[in-house]
Amino acid sequence: MRVVGRSPGQLAWRRLYRDRTAQVSGAMLVLFVLLALAAPLIELAYGIGPRDQFQDRLDASGMPLGYAGGVSGDHFFGLEPGLGRDVFIRLVYGLRTSLFIALTAAVLSTVLGVVLGALAGYLGGWLDAVLSWVTDLTLAMPFLVIALALTPTVTLRFYGPRDAVPAAFGVGVLIAVFALFGWTGTARLVRGQVLGLREREFVAAARASGAGLGHMLFRQLLPNLWAPILVSFSLAVPQFVTGEAALSFIGVGLTEETPSFGRMIYQSLDYLQTDPAFVFFPGVTIFALVCAFNLFGDALRDALDPRSSR
Amino acid sequence: MRADEGHDDEPLLRVRGLTKHFAARGGLVRAVDGLDLDLRAGETLGLVGESGCGKSTTGRMLVRLLEPTGGRIEFAGRDITHAGRRALRPLRPQLQIIFQDPYASLNPRHTVGRIIAMPLRVNGITPVGGIRARVRELMELVGLNPEHHDRYPHEFSGGQRQRVGIARALAPGPRLVVADEPVSALDVSIQAQVVNLLRGLQRELGLAFLFIAHDLAVVRHLCQRVAVMYLGRIVEIGDRAEVYRNPRHPYTRALLSAVPDVTRLGPAGRIRLTGDVSSALDPPSGCRFRTRCPNARDRCAVEEPALVQPDDGAAAVACHFPQAGPLDPEHGA
Repeated sequence: MRVVGRSPGQLAWRRLYRDRTAQVSGAMLVLFVLLALAAPLIELAYGIGPRDQFQDRLDASGMPLGYAGGVSGDHFFGLEPGLGRDVFIRLVYGLRTSLFIALTAAVLSTVLGVVLGALAGYLGGWLDAVLSWVTDLTLAMPFLVIALALTPTVTLRFYGPRDAVPAAFGVGVLIAVFALFGWTGTARLVRGQVLGLREREFVAAARASGAGLGHMLFRQLLPNLWAPILVSFSLAVPQFVTGEAALSFIGVGLTEETPSFGRMIYQSLDYLQTDPAFVFFPGVTIFALVCAFNLFGDALRDALDPRSSR
Repeated sequence: MRADEGHDDEPLLRVRGLTKHFAARGGLVRAVDGLDLDLRAGETLGLVGESGCGKSTTGRMLVRLLEPTGGRIEFAGRDITHAGRRALRPLRPQLQIIFQDPYASLNPRHTVGRIIAMPLRVNGITPVGGIRARVRELMELVGLNPEHHDRYPHEFSGGQRQRVGIARALAPGPRLVVADEPVSALDVSIQAQVVNLLRGLQRELGLAFLFIAHDLAVVRHLCQRVAVMYLGRIVEIGDRAEVYRNPRHPYTRALLSAVPDVTRLGPAGRIRLTGDVSSALDPPSGCRFRTRCPNARDRCAVEEPALVQPDDGAAAVACHFPQAGPLDPEHGA
């Protein structure tokens, strides 16, 4: 019988595949991503768009008719009080917005963190000192306060106080703010790992063969960094999902016409007593999304580094 | 493989006054302090000494992994003492290193085929028949099954991993290989196989070898010449037969007398050194070995002995009072 060689990556994949937590949370993530990707298709099948209003199903004070915020066969999660928009389709589109922002911000901040951390760790010297100083400075800045101050300022720089700000601009500003603040954790992690790897003899072997900086970073070091990078990436995504919700909640994130978790929860708080279902559905969805990402990140860490104990 | 280009009179490697100082708490560690060395093409030189005497530091300076503090390294007639990556580019393929730890010296995320091909790729060398064919050829040369080129290091034993490290060093067709304790991390039973492999390769390919070791038996098996280091200096250098049969420096004599030999069990011929190796932070005045030397005299504390090459072809020795005669009458090389 021929023994089949397995790469460390394949071994980790097998461990992940056998992990029950990873199975469940992974399946949930796949479902969420499919929902977000297929939002226009769902709209087609569901027959209701995110901006369609159903005033006829609201009572005189603007509250949805029926039980649990107007849950029915036509409106799975009920209707928004006031405007009478469908909650389910707005959640699907909100998922799309949240995942797009969180994933893009996570990719940007991870790339930034990996490049800066690897350079600081591998080259050391003054570059390491400068980058570590910048990292500490960034970490020392209170994220919410800066975001609160920065977002309207940047928006005013491009648009007048009375102009309509396009939705894409708000999304872009959010992503930029997250990327600007999110890279520090990854950079520190990668720097520490590289400091350890740098002393290993396979790095010396590549240097002795005349390998350049690009080869050292991307061919020799990066393959050994995938584990911490993947874990920090998978834990950064839920952080940005809640970050987007928080910023939208306090009103500096997205504008009204963009469906988003944060805005929905923000609006729903007014109806906490009169229409609790309106708070419930977005709240549970964001909880499930963040929980799935966190559990999957933990399972990924266990699978990639089986010797680490919790 | 590259034919020997035959600079008979010109050594392939010439080292003069090489020093490496490390800044440490409490001063400078003089890891290597004025080292002279010549190595001709196709020659094997064993560099021996106890732990911390600077032999690995020397090896790493020779392949430019460490920046020398002072002195001069010439390889193939060119000064490479402070050469940068670009300047070294044409010489890199000719100058390779084998590392001590076969577990740390292979990238765990690369297949062995990729590991062996690495020096070819980074130097932009495309061998006749392609890189894959060359990798297979190298794996066969070092006694590995070429079918295993897509396996990962963790699937190999220590001895096999060291063979991968050797194949990697041989890949670009080097003229000089620095072997930094290539067998000391291996089981004794595997050591012999790897030593024999290295000896076979050296003869087959006409390589020059700088073999760094603390094991005198291994060096005797592999090397034509032997250099003995103590506290960052060479104290004795000469042909294997001379050094092993007629060691003249007291340190060499003590070192050789400590080699276990089944024909000579018991403490009879053993020269016991007392005390510890002096600190490289603050080496003793004069002769560095005098603090432990059994026949040190006043002159040793004042005047530093130079490495003198005698006319009769015997080993060069850095000692004011070199000793003569075999170590033990019935113990010949």
